[in-house]
Amino acid sequence: MSRSVLYRVLLFVVLTAATVVFLVPTFIRPAPAFWPWRQPVRLGLDLQGGTHLLYGVDIEQAIDNTVDRHVRDLERELHDAQIGAVTAEREGRTVRIRLANKDKRQEVIDLVKERFPTLTVSPSQDAEADLALTLDQREAKRIRDNVVDQALKIIRNRIDQFGVAEPTVQAQGTDEIVVQLPGIQDPQRAKELIGKTALLEFKLVATGPQAGTPEHPGPGVQVLYGKGDAGGRRAYLVERRTLMTGDVLTDASVRPGTATEGMAVDFVLDARGTKLFGEISSANVGRNLAIVLDNYVESAPTIREPITGGRGQITGRFDFAEAQDLANVLRNGALPAPLKLIEERTVGPSLGQDSIRKGVLSFVVGSALVVAFMLVYYRGGGVVADAALLLNVLFLVGAFAAFGFTLSLPGIAGIVLTIGMAVDANVLILERIREELRLGKTPRAAIETGYERAWYAIRDSNVTTFCSGLILFQFGTGPVRGFAVTLCLGILTSLLTGVFGTRVVYDLLVSRRRLTTVSV
Amino acid sequence: MATRPTTRTDKVPTVEHRFFELIPPGLNIDFVGLRFKMLLVSWTLILIGLVSIYLHGGLNYGIDFAGGTMVHVKFAASTPTGDIRGALSRPELREVVVQDVGQGGKEFQIRVLGAAEGGSTAIADAIKTGLRDKFGEGTYDVLRVETVGPKVGKDLWRDATLAVLAATLVMATYIALRFELRFGIGAAVALVHDVLITLGALSIANMEFDLTTVAALLTVVGYSVHDTVIVSDRIRENMRKMRREGLATIMNLSINETLSRTLITSGTAILVTAALFVLGGTVIHSFAFALLVGFVVGTYSSIYVASPIVLYLEGRKSPR
Repeated sequence: MSRSVLYRVLLFVVLTAATVVFLVPTFIRPAPAFWPWRQPVRLGLDLQGGTHLLYGVDIEQAIDNTVDRHVRDLERELHDAQIGAVTAEREGRTVRIRLANKDKRQEVIDLVKERFPTLTVSPSQDAEADLALTLDQREAKRIRDNVVDQALKIIRNRIDQFGVAEPTVQAQGTDEIVVQLPGIQDPQRAKELIGKTALLEFKLVATGPQAGTPEHPGPGVQVLYGKGDAGGRRAYLVERRTLMTGDVLTDASVRPGTATEGMAVDFVLDARGTKLFGEISSANVGRNLAIVLDNYVESAPTIREPITGGRGQITGRFDFAEAQDLANVLRNGALPAPLKLIEERTVGPSLGQDSIRKGVLSFVVGSALVVAFMLVYYRGGGVVADAALLLNVLFLVGAFAAFGFTLSLPGIAGIVLTIGMAVDANVLILERIREELRLGKTPRAAIETGYERAWYAIRDSNVTTFCSGLILFQFGTGPVRGFAVTLCLGILTSLLTGVFGTRVVYDLLVSRRRLTTVSV
Repeated sequence: MATRPTTRTDKVPTVEHRFFELIPPGLNIDFVGLRFKMLLVSWTLILIGLVSIYLHGGLNYGIDFAGGTMVHVKFAASTPTGDIRGALSRPELREVVVQDVGQGGKEFQIRVLGAAEGGSTAIADAIKTGLRDKFGEGTYDVLRVETVGPKVGKDLWRDATLAVLAATLVMATYIALRFELRFGIGAAVALVHDVLITLGALSIANMEFDLTTVAALLTVVGYSVHDTVIVSDRIRENMRKMRREGLATIMNLSINETLSRTLITSGTAILVTAALFVLGGTVIHSFAFALLVGFVVGTYSSIYVASPIVLYLEGRKSPR
């Protein structure tokens, strides 16, 4: 055996051994404890059953939300700085500040410059006019760049705490998020959990003649709805000004409440929140503080005494699951932008099982037909080609296990298709060898020329199929991508086994004896 | 067709080779001469397909493209389509399409096209309620529920068209670079031909056109070039050997010489695709169908479409 042949044989031995190592956890469960590879081939949702959700992230709304947050903070700062009797409002991307006292204008500008560096004061033609602040373009870009990542992180945390085995939360394109929940057939609760913006706000319930009525709320007062005492819905008149938002929360947990109150959610505040909450509660003893989640009043308890311990509680007649999900979203913070459900696909477990069964059956029948054909048509050459085919499938599935690719039903179809396409190279080579033999060449020369001449057609046809696989990968999502991956990987493994691998066998044959015939 | 084993002799140069062959060597079919007849066949097939698409009012779009809701159910016993339609005649459901997916009247795809804004699952819920009220829990199994918003479909249309065009262009460019420009043009025309006929066949068979069907079309585009490469490769080789001969003669010879490998390589691919189509189940039925038709047409077109185009571009009349 020449050295070159020896190296190539060794290469295949090593590759085959590695593949076996990667594949054992897929086919033997549980794999023996000492086995170095633990991860079985990942199955797509279409094979294992579960729910696929596709969300669109409203990125522009995230910028509006940021401006809104600045408006709330600004109002509070102005209030604290005792500039007094000013209102801040958002108009599009602009914050408009109406000053009661024009003398304070410079003071407000200074405050904005110092505390809100991302807001720029638009030079106004009229010194008497309201102040207009706009969000910095760089800041807007920064938000655009980060919003999907932030949302992704928050959703990931929410899902992790929801308790699904092996969920997938991934960005797709520029503004989409894919959530895959294996094994979940009724995604209602998960959808509510993911889709909730979870913006928590604390606002005072308006009192006195200033409050107005739900039909005609007073100045600086808004109408929000919440759960009524007898179930149903009731309107709350609350002050527009937000005293505190959920970003000062560090933790939230479920606590069993009284029978009438249902479950309660306890929350813990950070240092800034503790100070703020202390001040708010001290200043408003006896009044009601509305706890508002996504513009829905969860509860509006009366402040009985100053709360300085940095802890609070939300009671809203929750059942256990509701309380659990509320605590979950509060812990993980508000989404930077609203999510819109674009696509929802649920696959039942029976269909997944059925698809696996049918995929495997097509594979077995398809490959049996091809293997049998090659044997009958090319005999010796067919045996070599079939052996290469077997190795090809082994390598292909092994690559799925090794690289952690997800196998979908179209992916299985891709493997079946690879069987049909992989032998093409062998057909081209064997046909060419036959042709050369007919011309009267020796087997050794015929094999040599056969491989050499057939290579051009093999290369070109595989490059083109590979290219269409790449385009398909770019175009598709989910299972279609799985198919594209299989197609491209299949081409690589086919070239490795069908061309490079079979050549080793022929080189061995040629080197062993003076070859007078070759069975092709 | 000889199946006898190779005869063993010691003198190498005189070995008589006998192979198991479906296509005997030295076959000489005048493919090039048939090209005008085949042109007629191709156009007829394309036109029939286009007429079918027109009469159906477009392809049988799945919810991937149209947006909407699809519920795939499997009944324990064979159930008439009419009964299911009856169960779903509810005020909140309009234009329900119930399609028997050919599993002995047990499996159905219920589709309501046109999605509600905001990815609402109201339609899916209404369908499930309708089925439950009529047939009762446990007599059927909900295999799949899919809801797709309206925006996705529009984007998908554009992406799918672009992807197929891009693939065709890439193939044509590759062939043009490897061989000659006219071979590239021939390949591109053949690919468009294959895609059109496959689309027509999907319409005639009333197969659903969805994301995986587009994947199948792209695969057809990639794989159909395969045969064109084999034939073109041989044409180029023979052109070098036989400088005196006319292109038509060389082409005929090349097609004949490579016919057996063209048919076998395509044949094995068609074989496994047929296995997928028959055994692969309803989820990939239209996918396998599109592959099957595309591969068959692709084989035909590499002989009867791609090569004649090259010949036409040569601007020389076939010496017949």
